Amino acid sequence: MNDWANGLLGGVLIGCAAVLLLWSIGRIAGISGIASGAVEGPRGDRAWRVAFIAGMAIAGAITLQFVPAPPRIQTGPAALLLAAGLLVGFGTRLGNGCTSGHGVCGLGRLSRRSLAAVVTFMATAMATTYLLRHAIGPAP
Amino acid sequence: MNRALVAAIASGALLGAGLAVSSMTDRTVVLGFLDVLGAWNPTLAFVMAGAVAVTAVGFRFVLKRPSPALGGQFHVPKNDAVDRRLLAGAAIFGVGWGLAGFCPGPALVGAAAGLVDAWIFVPAMIAGSYLAGRLAR
Repeated sequence: MNDWANGLLGGVLIGCAAVLLLWSIGRIAGISGIASGAVEGPRGDRAWRVAFIAGMAIAGAITLQFVPAPPRIQTGPAALLLAAGLLVGFGTRLGNGCTSGHGVCGLGRLSRRSLAAVVTFMATAMATTYLLRHAIGPAP
Repeated sequence: MNRALVAAIASGALLGAGLAVSSMTDRTVVLGFLDVLGAWNPTLAFVMAGAVAVTAVGFRFVLKRPSPALGGQFHVPKNDAVDRRLLAGAAIFGVGWGLAGFCPGPALVGAAAGLVDAWIFVPAMIAGSYLAGRLAR
């Protein structure tokens, strides 16, 4: 399959996952929020979050055995990966969402707030990648 | 096991499979999309288009129901305000995403699949989230 066909198929699966979660238990499929609530949320509200994250991680890891997967070896400097992780964790918590919550679900709900978030994180992400690859030097 | 947990596992599994099939766990594919002035890789645009097409239609039907199928109520954000905290958070997230090409879902799937990059990234992501949670309190 081509990149675009795989992308479209994966996107449809992700959309179906979000519709299933809202239809069944009334929750938005935002991964950063579900994950942080699984660890730090109210005790009675953790089980479904743990179940969701476990299902995602295990099914994703199994699927990667059957489709082209990225290399397992370290491909980027540890300092860059650590800094990126800190910023992603901090920013998604502060801004109440990531690519799934604001992107897939927020845009699907026509939320003005999510549209503003998506435009903002796309812009700073593209600017960062540009600086790293073309202004500072070749990176991953 | 109760039905709500089965639904959560099934939804998570669909999402994880979707991320893997569409190469979103490969950070070079994501960085290729973000690198609009380089050798642009449009895959992420197709993923977003496919996903939002389904949610835009599916959510409309689901939210016409009085309540979720397995009981309880809909937990849909009522706040639609674009405030400084939202924009600052999104901007910071974007910088991290543009540095490494990992956002939370693919990083968690990557860590489960044994990608060393994700093993380094995920603990830092959890620490960052914890820090922001402390600050917001």
